[in-house]
Amino acid sequence: MTTTFTGTPDAPGVFDPGAEATRATDAILRDTLHGPERGVVVDSPPGAGKSTLVVRAALELASAGRPLMVIAQTNAQVDDLVLRLAEKDPTLPVGRLHSSDPDPYDKALDDLDNVRTSAKAAELAGLDVVVSTAAKWAHVKVDEPWRHAIVDEAYQMRSDALLAVAGLFERALFVGDPGQLDPFAIVGSEQWAGLSYDPSASAVTTLLAHNPDLPQHRLPVSWRLPASAAPLVSDAFYPYTPFRSGTGPGDRRLDFAVASDGGGPDRVIDEAARSGWGLLELPERHTPRTDPEAVRAVAQVVRRLLDRAGAATSERSPEPVPLTADRIAVGTAHRDQAAAVRAALTDLGVTDVTVDTANRLQGREYDVTVVLHPLSGRPDATAFHLETGRLCVLASRHRHACIVVCRAGVPALLDDHPSTEPVQLGVNVKFPDGWEAHHAVLSQLSEHRVTWRP
Amino acid sequence: MSLISALARLEAVQTGRAQPAATARHRHLSDRPLVLVPLTTAGEAGAPLGALVGTDRDAPRLLVVPQPRDRDLRFAFLAELADVVLPYIDTYAEAAESAERNETDPETGKRVKVEVELCSDAPQLIVPSRAGVDYVRLLGRSMRFRRTAEQEPEAPHPAPPRVPLLGRWLTHYGERARVPGSSLLLALTEVLSRHWATGQSSLEDQHLGALLAWIDPPDGTSGAEAALSAELARDERGQLRCPPAGPATDPAFDNKLLAPAIERYDRARTRLAAAEDGLQADDRLAELTAAEHGIRALVESRTRPTWDAVWRGIDLLRALPEGAHVADRWTRDRWSFTGHRDRVTAGEPPQPRHDDAVTAANKLATREREQARLEAQEALDDPLIMAGRRLAGEAFAGEVIDVVMAYSDSKRPSPRPLVTVRTEDRPHLGERTKVYRQLGGKPQAAEFVRYEGQEGAGALFVLRILDKMGRGKEPEAGSVPEKGDHVCFTLFEHEQRGGAKLPDPEETPWTHGGPPGERTESPLPDPVTEEDAL
Repeated sequence: MTTTFTGTPDAPGVFDPGAEATRATDAILRDTLHGPERGVVVDSPPGAGKSTLVVRAALELASAGRPLMVIAQTNAQVDDLVLRLAEKDPTLPVGRLHSSDPDPYDKALDDLDNVRTSAKAAELAGLDVVVSTAAKWAHVKVDEPWRHAIVDEAYQMRSDALLAVAGLFERALFVGDPGQLDPFAIVGSEQWAGLSYDPSASAVTTLLAHNPDLPQHRLPVSWRLPASAAPLVSDAFYPYTPFRSGTGPGDRRLDFAVASDGGGPDRVIDEAARSGWGLLELPERHTPRTDPEAVRAVAQVVRRLLDRAGAATSERSPEPVPLTADRIAVGTAHRDQAAAVRAALTDLGVTDVTVDTANRLQGREYDVTVVLHPLSGRPDATAFHLETGRLCVLASRHRHACIVVCRAGVPALLDDHPSTEPVQLGVNVKFPDGWEAHHAVLSQLSEHRVTWRP
Repeated sequence: MSLISALARLEAVQTGRAQPAATARHRHLSDRPLVLVPLTTAGEAGAPLGALVGTDRDAPRLLVVPQPRDRDLRFAFLAELADVVLPYIDTYAEAAESAERNETDPETGKRVKVEVELCSDAPQLIVPSRAGVDYVRLLGRSMRFRRTAEQEPEAPHPAPPRVPLLGRWLTHYGERARVPGSSLLLALTEVLSRHWATGQSSLEDQHLGALLAWIDPPDGTSGAEAALSAELARDERGQLRCPPAGPATDPAFDNKLLAPAIERYDRARTRLAAAEDGLQADDRLAELTAAEHGIRALVESRTRPTWDAVWRGIDLLRALPEGAHVADRWTRDRWSFTGHRDRVTAGEPPQPRHDDAVTAANKLATREREQARLEAQEALDDPLIMAGRRLAGEAFAGEVIDVVMAYSDSKRPSPRPLVTVRTEDRPHLGERTKVYRQLGGKPQAAEFVRYEGQEGAGALFVLRILDKMGRGKEPEAGSVPEKGDHVCFTLFEHEQRGGAKLPDPEETPWTHGGPPGERTESPLPDPVTEEDAL
């Protein structure tokens, strides 16, 4: 993490992102290494250096002679953490516990000298750090619990998954983003709503319900989101725990070598390059989920992003970096929409652009994202489509610009469908609700609207 | 709503009749189900007004609470209900066969086979609607913590014998109904709307009369007309011709008919109590009996149409052939029934008011597994449901047009044949996506290798078969599809893996509040109304 000190922490009115972030990290590490409590909770907004924190905490614990287990939620997250650990300290002995399925882990781990992989926990005994998914840890039995654990993406972990692994460690650092998608169950779980240990709630909810005095920290700076996006995301999704962007308004730039052809996709790309946001609005219409026009519009925007030879300027490098396919992602609400976009992209000859649902894009980062709005073309607004976390994930994956493709009429749709979820006794109501967050995002987007009839 | 169900609903609107959503019956139906049509009193939770119950469609037993607020009459109703339901359950609890079950040996910790009893069949309870299932659960909860005079001679408001036992059974059935695909307690509207798509919303499908009107409209009318009249048509006294299936009653019935009848009953009761001599008492008893009969007739008039509708619905379902995996799921229901029978026999206390952390997590895991299992099995048992999955890109069917033998790279090469399938479906296949097909009742796995372009209206997909070909170098006969075969692969798994074992409740970790502590036999009653133990 490169930081530039432009002010002193004590000077009133001057926000120094680097110093603020360092102060928060120091407090977290102090509580983790020397605090009396069994758990420490860290809330991290999108791109606030959560993984960096996890890696740093793991290294400090290991160097203090305290071996630890790390629990992540997906295999991709586990591999990513192992790679980051090895990058920071190539001499650190790290274990990667994996499943016995074929190709259980990223082949890149095989090239690392001090990383040992195994499907059996016993073969990794004695290593400083052992990393695996919650699902795999749940099958591990230990005689002596680990003294320390780090639970990554703890807000996306379900309470019952924590129940299965909590016996493995004595104390833990829980890190996650409360604004992203809550974990879900594929069957109803209302019968446990309001119980402190509701198995379908998030691990952090249960943990704090039973241990309300645990220290809670917050990372205050998003290094991913540009200055154009942080205020919107912070206001719309984190109204009571605001954060700032680590970069200023002029620090990031997106330029295109090829001039606009005047079409809808090009106009929205120019708007997004200029302001960080773009809304490509198609004529109002009720459509099936895989709205062919909207899907094609998404694909065309991606095609033009590539054709126009974009270059991204940021604090990461002195020279502009070409905007290549791997720096662009498309986000949708449903898997069939993602599949339809993939097919449309293939038709246009685009292959290497990531297209996925909000659930799978969690934790990922791109220069430009193109989003098919979850409510586009819908006749109704269900709880699924209104979920705050889904919109938050889709609106917070980008370093430079986010382009939303949507049919007109969504504000009216929202007004026709106020949230009517039953209120459950004993359940903390989450703020903001998805309805309000959707309105907030749409009103901001409407200032960057490009209407287009394909 | 999936694309295929949207299509089916549109067709239903167009044709005026419900369209089949399944070609097989995906829930078990007992030969002798116990049908229960309960009614509740407006304004007080868990105050039954009456019920029709029984296994004989021509001779239901009518149970009525003439004054629903009278706790003694309510107990009498519950005792009568127990007299019908418990003997029915007992007949199934007695007939058992021996079966094997895997258990963990407490000494060695190894999995061993144990011989146990499994009831040969299980009692099945059918209620008209989802609200009926909730009502069964509510009745169960209101009864299972009661104490009988025998259990606790000193306590006030003792429950009649067997009422707490009925509460435990109804609780078990209500809880089991939450497991996807289970059939111990069925809500008829749910089962019917699984098998037919109507031209109305799924909310409207919860009205049994309207749902049946779409599925089987009277001659000469369309489903839409019949459903509308089932919902709205009233007679000259302003009463619905098709009374709601309950347990809630129509307010017009409550106000115009029920309230005056109950008032008459109350008056007759007061007059009887004030009778001054035997002759007067006799007269007034006759008045009271007449008033009670009036209420009984009213309750019967509101439950009988629903009772007949339930049996009509059962007839419609029985006409469908049973799905291949239904018996397998019913066996799980039998295990569930046997397990509860054993807990009752062993003298265990009633189900606690709330699940502890471990039980809740286990239940959720089971239900998620059963949901995935149900979705896979229904598709495998039913081409129409599989068509829906194919339309959604989650499965594809086609013809094998080429098979090329290939082997794995390992030291002992095993067969990994490449099969080219031509299909007009559009599955969401990505790099190395796993797909499965049924082979002799077991799933065979393959992985997607590449797309080889279009051929006519179909796309060509190359798959690599991965397993179920035996141990030899050459695949066993019949284990690899041949050229010309018609195959159907799914992108979803057919069988569900068991989850990780959770700690025992006594080992609940600190993150979940630690061990739950001793379970009290019966929790304290409500502090305000001590006759209620909810």
